[in-house]
Amino acid sequence: MGKGALGKVYADGEDIVRQGDVGDCMFVVQSGRVEVIQATDSGEQHLAFLETGDFFGEMAVFEKETRSATVRASGEARALKVDKKTLLRRIKEDPLLAVNLLQTMSHRIRDLNAGMAGRGADRS
Amino acid sequence: MRLSSQSSVADSFSSLVADEGSDLTLKDGSRVAVVGGGPAGSFFSYFLLKMAEAIDLDIDVDIYEPRSFKHCGPAGCNHCGGIVSESLVQILAAEGINLPPEVVQREIESYVVHMDVGSVAIQSPSGEQRIAALYRGNGPREGAESPWDSFDGYLQGMATEKGARIVRQLITDVQWREDCPWLIGADGEAEAYDLVTVASGVNSNFLRLLEDLPAGIKPPKTTRTYICEFRSTPDEVLRVLGNSMHVFLLTIPRLEFAAIIPKGEFVTVVMLGDELDQEMVHAFLRDPVVRKCFPTDATPCVCSCSPLINMGARKRPFGDRVVLIGDSGVTRLYKDGIGAAFRTAKAAASTAVIQGVSADAFEKHYWPTCRGIANDNAIGKVIFGTTGLLKASKISRRGIMRMASREQASPDAPRHMSSLLWNMFTGSAPYKEILQGALHPGFLGNIMVNLAAGIRSSNGKGKVP
Repeated sequence: MGKGALGKVYADGEDIVRQGDVGDCMFVVQSGRVEVIQATDSGEQHLAFLETGDFFGEMAVFEKETRSATVRASGEARALKVDKKTLLRRIKEDPLLAVNLLQTMSHRIRDLNAGMAGRGADRS
Repeated sequence: MRLSSQSSVADSFSSLVADEGSDLTLKDGSRVAVVGGGPAGSFFSYFLLKMAEAIDLDIDVDIYEPRSFKHCGPAGCNHCGGIVSESLVQILAAEGINLPPEVVQREIESYVVHMDVGSVAIQSPSGEQRIAALYRGNGPREGAESPWDSFDGYLQGMATEKGARIVRQLITDVQWREDCPWLIGADGEAEAYDLVTVASGVNSNFLRLLEDLPAGIKPPKTTRTYICEFRSTPDEVLRVLGNSMHVFLLTIPRLEFAAIIPKGEFVTVVMLGDELDQEMVHAFLRDPVVRKCFPTDATPCVCSCSPLINMGARKRPFGDRVVLIGDSGVTRLYKDGIGAAFRTAKAAASTAVIQGVSADAFEKHYWPTCRGIANDNAIGKVIFGTTGLLKASKISRRGIMRMASREQASPDAPRHMSSLLWNMFTGSAPYKEILQGALHPGFLGNIMVNLAAGIRSSNGKGKVP
């Protein structure tokens, strides 16, 4: 990681957020790659890889539920924390920022639906 | 999951777009001029083109900027301390704008507050490096071999990637003809525009040209600051200053506060106060508290300037087909000028694309952002006035230092004073929040206890930790 790198560096395999923890911020990947993992009865399930410019943990900004998945550095990665308070203060002034976030969340629901439909088709 | 380049935002707000039949809206083929290619101009152009693209609006944007930010020294500099605040770094990331390491000279992880009664390091509450120290241009004179890129150049690149055109020409006149603003360049050529966005800052003669327009826009109140660069070596700068910005609350008359910012092999000295002059600069640089924070091998000033900063909001930084953003219009008092440039630029861009370019549209949809900043500045003036009074008393200086030092030494202690100092000097929070923190019963109780301890120590009955 070079000089002038903002955010925090996470070592390979280090958890950035843990499933079940209470969160009050979202993260934006600044460099490297992180893996989104969900714990199930049968063990850990890989959900996605995220790379530079991608964000995660945004659900904690809009609701008080616990983290729904673990996000872990896959190789050395750097992520920047975006505080709930800072983000909501800005959204109050500039609601268009929320449109960006909602659009990403909408894409995720669409991807999730497609994944479920795919699994349903496999079973049948 | 990428934040940038969402092209279907159109569906989200196209229904809000102003009546296209109006003459005072942007239409396909409309021409927009942006005078000034610093952060405000580039942010405005970037968001204007991004939003226009989202609603399939085809417009041309010309950014008039005679300087190239590839040059070292004044030729490529925008005369600024060069700090991107913690809150702006986060918001830019949420917008999909991530500052690359090549642009950030030093990531700031703490602020060290220096007074004659001692110094205290205030660590970032987040435990992360979220403040960027950078050069607006390509660094000071003698910085030709700098491995870093210009911040203003980086933002301008974002705007040109979206389709903005850079015009390297000085604007010498503005005229109002046929219900449109016309810009006259140094070559004598005149160009008509549907909207002229003024992002020239307050250190340009361009603002005076606007007084003759129908909107009758007046230049804002200003005061002078002092910025000076010293050269050392990267290792020495890191050894003496670390990854910290050093803030000085000294009892030098007329000096509000001053800061030393580490940037690679250079250190930037920034001073803010009333009627800054050479005498005050020398008094600051000779102060023993300051001398302790200077790299031992720092060579005398290689680049210095006394730029103006905006000290008073315009009542109407807009008119039909004209809008002023960033320092030219309204900015934050003493702090976070780049953050204010971002906020006003995006508010003006969204107004122009969605609501139109009339004075009425800017009044309803752009002015609230400016008014919010101006109202917060009024609170900021009260805070800085109170700080000035506290700074004048050695007892209160001891009390502040004692309270902040004790908080920093106890990880689990509530951080009333630390949060106040952090937010005040980083510009991360509005002044309103800082005032609310200062009125918190926990803060008031603790400051009283620490002031009492300060009195005891001044009577020789105790020690400042």
